[in-house]
Amino acid sequence: MKPRDKQMTIDEVVAQLSDGMTIGIGGWGPRRKPMALVRAILRSDLKDLTIVSWGGADVGLLARAGKIRKVVYAFVSLDSIPLEPNFQRARQNGTIPEVVELDEGMFQTGLYAAAQRLPFLPMRAGLGSDVLVNNAWIKTVASPYADENGDFEELTAVPALKLDVALVHLNRADVHGNATYLGPDPYFDDLFVQAADKAFVSVEQIVDTAGLTVDTPVQRLLISRMMVDGVVETPNGAHFTVCTPDYERDEKFQKAYAAAAGGSDEDWAAFEERFLSGDEAAYQAAVVAFHTELEGAK
Amino acid sequence: MTEFSRADVCAAAIADAFKDDGEIFASPMGMLPMLGVRLARLTSNPDLVISDGESLFLAGTPPLFAKADVVEGWIPFRRVFDVVAYGKRHVMMGATQVDRQGNQNISAIGDFAQPKRQLLGSRGAPGNTVNNRTSYWVPKHNTRVFVENVDIVSGVGPARAKAAGPGASKYNDIHRIVTNLAVFDVKGADDTVRLLSVHPGVTVEEIVEATGFVLDIPADVPTTREPSLEELIIIREVLDPKGLRFREVPEPVAEVSS
Repeated sequence: MKPRDKQMTIDEVVAQLSDGMTIGIGGWGPRRKPMALVRAILRSDLKDLTIVSWGGADVGLLARAGKIRKVVYAFVSLDSIPLEPNFQRARQNGTIPEVVELDEGMFQTGLYAAAQRLPFLPMRAGLGSDVLVNNAWIKTVASPYADENGDFEELTAVPALKLDVALVHLNRADVHGNATYLGPDPYFDDLFVQAADKAFVSVEQIVDTAGLTVDTPVQRLLISRMMVDGVVETPNGAHFTVCTPDYERDEKFQKAYAAAAGGSDEDWAAFEERFLSGDEAAYQAAVVAFHTELEGAK
Repeated sequence: MTEFSRADVCAAAIADAFKDDGEIFASPMGMLPMLGVRLARLTSNPDLVISDGESLFLAGTPPLFAKADVVEGWIPFRRVFDVVAYGKRHVMMGATQVDRQGNQNISAIGDFAQPKRQLLGSRGAPGNTVNNRTSYWVPKHNTRVFVENVDIVSGVGPARAKAAGPGASKYNDIHRIVTNLAVFDVKGADDTVRLLSVHPGVTVEEIVEATGFVLDIPADVPTTREPSLEELIIIREVLDPKGLRFREVPEPVAEVSS
């Protein structure tokens, strides 16, 4: 007997989501983001979401589409374009009702706490900064142990970042949900899935279980099927973020995205019409056409 | 006679900020910090551990933005957080604002609830400043950057760290603020920003003019040292032959020393 087959379609994943949910999005900034799933959320009528993300265009796109009621982040950046124009616009127009900005290490600690079913974990980050002023609900906690000077240190009690759902994108998985990254950095995708009640993994390619360790060390098997509720094959599904070694970031596309996001309402409407008005297959076809056009213009 | 540019002076001043650090992870954010750290590694502090800014520790010291030659370790983002807490790290971050008490802002300008300008977010600044040595690099020193009070405290200066208690202050170590005009620390009266040296060709009056708060200025302010011939050759021929540094400090005007 084999463990169960968890293959799903993109739309079946989105059907598992509902209004008001807290959704953690894996990856890091403009790196290995589950963009095909994010695009599917854009097409849905989901609303009032709480998005928890070390943010890139995932946060920007969802903010622009008015899907976010609350965002938990430490930064939102496209890296080669430091400031995410759609996120900037949303913040400056005050269109995201609730905003929780954390230190990026606090964010990891919050995921650890949730993954370990703890209410909080202590750390130094946050102390003395406006993270604790702008989030007055985040408390400090006194160490019960004296330090070398006899002080009982007051530390940040980083609250658990409990998720209803985690969405992550890796390079390979089997149909059962065992998943591996092939690039240099695992990011925090294992923490996201363990911090969540339900976790959905999109991958570049679904392979046999034995295929997962054929040409890569077992240490890269980051996610175990016991943490996973659904697996989706979405080739180029992290586009336009980086998904090493399958592909690097699509800088030309990112530039076009940022120009439209930072441009006029008409610029954005044209971008949406061209790239975001159809399904994932239509998106991927529009990206191919975009590059063909660029090549032709040379 | 040796000609050098302001960018070269900045690179050498940044290198000096890392020269006494010993065997720690040097984390530069931005181009001049990367140049300065690599310069230090090739001159004053060969024990520095450096990365590609992504996930690899580099055994060699490649030119700016070049790919790794030999890799000596693995430092994905999650392990950066481990090293921050471990403490053997010196980060040089950017700063959209710095205030008199050495607090830094990279989060937003204006009111946090609805900022005039949303910036990156706090990133790792709150954690860095209460865990490991932290310096700042400011390529355009002016009164918009150096303000009496930052709008949002991302990086924590010594006064606020002390006010938050020993949990925050015991590892708070704001080391240097290097700008295109001068070098500072935060050891002025009552833990305020203090002028350490002015770059060649810059006057103390110019610094005062470009700073939006009252600086602690010692009676004698030395001139930032000139880069050595060895350093200039390393900068020009090894680390930055394309002159990328001039994008951050655009003043390729030659100065002349005797």
